[in-house]
Formats: sequence, structure tokens, C-alpha cells
Amino acid sequence: MFDFGPFFDNIDQILEGFWATIRLAALSAVLSLLIGTLLVSFRVAPVPLLRVVGTGYVNIVRNTPLTLVLLMCSLGLNDVLALKFSDNPSTTYYWWAVLGLSGYTAAFVCESLRAGINTVPLGQAEAARSVGLTFSQSLRIVILPQAFRSVIAPLGSVMIAMIKNTTVASAASYAEAAAVMKDLLDQPSFTSGALPLFIGVAIGFMILTLPTGFFFGWLHKRMAVAR
Amino acid sequence: MSKEATVLFDAPGPRARARNTMVTVVASIVLLGILAAFLWRFNDKGQFAGELWSPFTKWTVWDKLILPGLWSTLKAAAVASVLALLFGVVFGLARLSDHWWVRVPAGVVVEFFRAIPLLILIFLAFFIPNKISPTIADSAFGTFQRVLVDNVFSVFGVEINAGTITVPAFAAVVFGLVLYNGSVLAEVVRAGVLSIPKGQAEAAYSVGLRKNGVMRLILLPQAVTVMMPAIVSQLVVLLKDTALGFIIAYSELLSAGFRQVPANYHNNKIQAGIVVAVIYIAINMAVSRFATWLEARSRRSRKTEAKTMGADVVAPPAPGMAAGGAASGV
Repeated sequence: MFDFGPFFDNIDQILEGFWATIRLAALSAVLSLLIGTLLVSFRVAPVPLLRVVGTGYVNIVRNTPLTLVLLMCSLGLNDVLALKFSDNPSTTYYWWAVLGLSGYTAAFVCESLRAGINTVPLGQAEAARSVGLTFSQSLRIVILPQAFRSVIAPLGSVMIAMIKNTTVASAASYAEAAAVMKDLLDQPSFTSGALPLFIGVAIGFMILTLPTGFFFGWLHKRMAVAR
Repeated sequence: MSKEATVLFDAPGPRARARNTMVTVVASIVLLGILAAFLWRFNDKGQFAGELWSPFTKWTVWDKLILPGLWSTLKAAAVASVLALLFGVVFGLARLSDHWWVRVPAGVVVEFFRAIPLLILIFLAFFIPNKISPTIADSAFGTFQRVLVDNVFSVFGVEINAGTITVPAFAAVVFGLVLYNGSVLAEVVRAGVLSIPKGQAEAAYSVGLRKNGVMRLILLPQAVTVMMPAIVSQLVVLLKDTALGFIIAYSELLSAGFRQVPANYHNNKIQAGIVVAVIYIAINMAVSRFATWLEARSRRSRKTEAKTMGADVVAPPAPGMAAGGAASGV
């Protein structure tokens, strides 16, 4: 039952799956932070239309299951509407997985940042206005930097959840670690290696999530705004 | 629009109003452009055809597919919520125990299940028992395994035949949801109890209550108020996560609406996706609204010293992070 032989026989495939997970997570982290920042600036903007767009996007995406978001990207937009990034299936599914996961995570990044904006003291915004900064200047130079520094821990949690959510991309035709695990478990001959496979994959994800947590925890302490 | 946000800009004067109008116009043009491009593509691929949309006006589609799917979703979410709350309270309190031999194992369990993806847990429950159960059946634990399945897990439809365990998708989904969300709730419970002012426990000890009484009569009742919004928000996450059942073919709402309907009605995936999404959004927004209401209510209440952790705030930091601060549930 604890025969790690089959696990190590397929180690190449498993590592390839984790590499696919890392590629998906890394790009989604960057993109979701960018989209999330854009969304939060929409949500606090002086233009009502932008506020409505930002709020609507966040409410819709946040309340839709990620599985549905990713399936709509891969099966709906890619297959039915033929909005493809490339003729190579694995490339186009990769980009749709990145886009779907980033779009979904961005809604949560936006919510965290908005909570962060609320922690910035009123005087900071007033001072920014009183020296004549425009809305975008005060947001860029005064408010967002402080907001970012105060929400590093929650952003870390969002990023860790995002890393774990990469597994859902297996439903959207992207072969990452969970998809590899499922492929191996689908083989009838793969019996004695089943439990070690679970342990291996679980440890693999812990190697990805725990250090990310430590990093964000450390960053949070280091970057805390002294008030 | 919150007060903090409006302080970012002055009440617009004539020039600012003109600028805002211009931004509105430009933004509308961009958005309408995107929408138009999308609709054009949509039309180009014949997605407006009536036969793709009309299934959703037929009662049989709702009666035979979508409503049973919704029922399965709600059933899994309800069972998992109750068990996850139980798990959360037990492990949350165990982590606060004075005895290291209770505290440490509980901590390991909670951190482990929080650190790995839910889908992997569902795979664990769905695929692994039938692979390893024959081996266990041949070993000294064979009888124990059979008794356990017959008396406990059979409630969830788990079966054992000639030593091989079959786990239905429902049980696997519930198993994963309970372990993952239960661990998150354990952290919520712990944070809730720790957030009660120290004087409350000290006062309770000073009138002669024991640890059990302090926890049961003083700390937990107040902690429940603190935790309520966070718990309800976590239940939204749980409800959304039942959609992972799609991957192991549990016939829940997503599976029924997004797999069965398109399979039977001209592959109308996009239309089905939109309808299913609307149902999910309606349910989740109703539950979230409830959480916000609960939070506002307990903020008004003067019965308790405890401050709620806030409606937007869902769970304590993810595993590996010792730092304080709140996180959103994803």
C-alpha cells in the first residue's frame, strides 16, 4: 500500500504537471494583480460608469464557481466561438486557463485592495487633495502604495488560493498536476501506488503554498506601514 | 459608494464634470466596442439561433435536468456545511487546548488540509479507496474496514463489495468540502475565540468557572457573534466549490446544466453556461446579503463586547502566514 515505486516510475510526468501548474500560477499572479488594481481604481473612480463596471464585474465573477468560469473560457469561448490564441490546442488552452484564472482571482485582489484603501487614514487623502493632486495622482502616489502595503497578508492568501485553484484548470483541458494525478489514477493497473501518489502530490502543493505563505507573511511584517 | 472612497476626489466643478463626461463617453465607446465585437462573433457562429436558447423555456429541461441538479448542489452543500461546522468547532477548540498532545496534532491536521487543493482531496476520496481497499481487506484491518463502512460511511452511500469500496461522487465531494472548509472554519473559530477581550475569560475564572465552563458559557457565545459573518461567507465558498463535483461527474447544478443540457440540445454550451451562472450568482448573492445583514445586526447589538471581523473578511491568513490580517475567501 505504501509502495512508492509506481510514484517514482511516473515522476517525469508528475514533475511536468507541477511545472505546468507553476507556469499557470506565475503568470496568473502577475495578471490578476494588474487586473485587480485596474478594477479597484474603477471602483473608487469619480466616474459613475466606471464604478458600475467595476462593481458589476466583481459581483458577477466572485459569485460564479471557478469551474464554470474556466469551462466557459475553454469550451465556450475557445471551442464554440473559436476565439483561439493559437492553432496549437495546448497553447490556446494554456492562455485561456491563464486568462480565466486571472480574471477570477482579480475580483478577489480588487476586494482586498478596496479593504486596504479603507485602512488609509482620511487625512492622507485630504492632504493629497489639498496639495492639488488630481484623483489619479493621489490614487497612484498616495493611496494605492499605502493600501498595497497594508493588504500584503490578505493578498498572500488570495495568491495561495489561486495556486490551489490551478487544479481546476484540469477540467478546462489544461494538463497540470491534478490532471496528471487523475490520469494516473484512471489506469486500472495503478493500484498500490495510489496512496503514495496522493501523498506526493499533496507534498508538491505544500511545497508551492507554504513558502508562498511564509514569503507573504515576512513581506507583510517588513512592509507594514508605521502609523 | 463608501465614504472613504469619495474622499479621494472633490465634488466636481465645471471642468471636472466635463472631464468626467468625456471619460464616461470614451469608456462607453470602448465597452460597447468590446460588446459589439463579441456579439458579432456570437452571431457569426450562429449562437443566436432560437433552438439554442429555447430549451430553457421548456419545463422538462428544468424539471428533469436543472432542478434536480440544483437539488444535488444544495444537498451536498447542506450536508457539507453541517459537518464542516462540526469539524471546525472541534478542531478550532482542539487547537486552543492546554495540552500539547491535543493542540499539535489538531494544528497539523488543520494546516495540512488548508495547504492542499480541494480537488486533490476530492480525488483522494473518489479514486483511492477502491484502489487500496482490497489490500486492506486482506490484512488484519479487513473486518474493521467492513464494519466502519457498513456502520458509518454507508450513510453517504459508500458501499463495500468483496472487500472493494466504491465511493459515490456525492460522498467524495462532501468529504473534500468538509475537510477543506472545516479546516478554514477551525481557524475562524480559533480567531474568534482569541479575539474576545482577555478580561472576559479572567472574570469568568475569577467567579470560579472551570476551563470548560469559561469556554462554553463565556467565550464561545461571544465568539459566535464575532464569527457569524465570516462563517456565512465561508459557506458561500463551500456552495461555489460544490461545482468541483463536475470533474468527478457528480450530477450537481453545473454538471446538469453545463454537461447534460448541451449534450441533449444542440451543444448550446454558452447559453447553458449563462443560465447556470445566473442561478449560482442569484443564490450566492442572497447568501452574501444575509452575511452583510448579520454583520450589521451584530454591530448594532450591545449585548456583546465582541467586534465582528467584518462581512468582507472571510478567513484568517492562509497556511504558512503567522501575520495578522484578514483574507477574502476564494
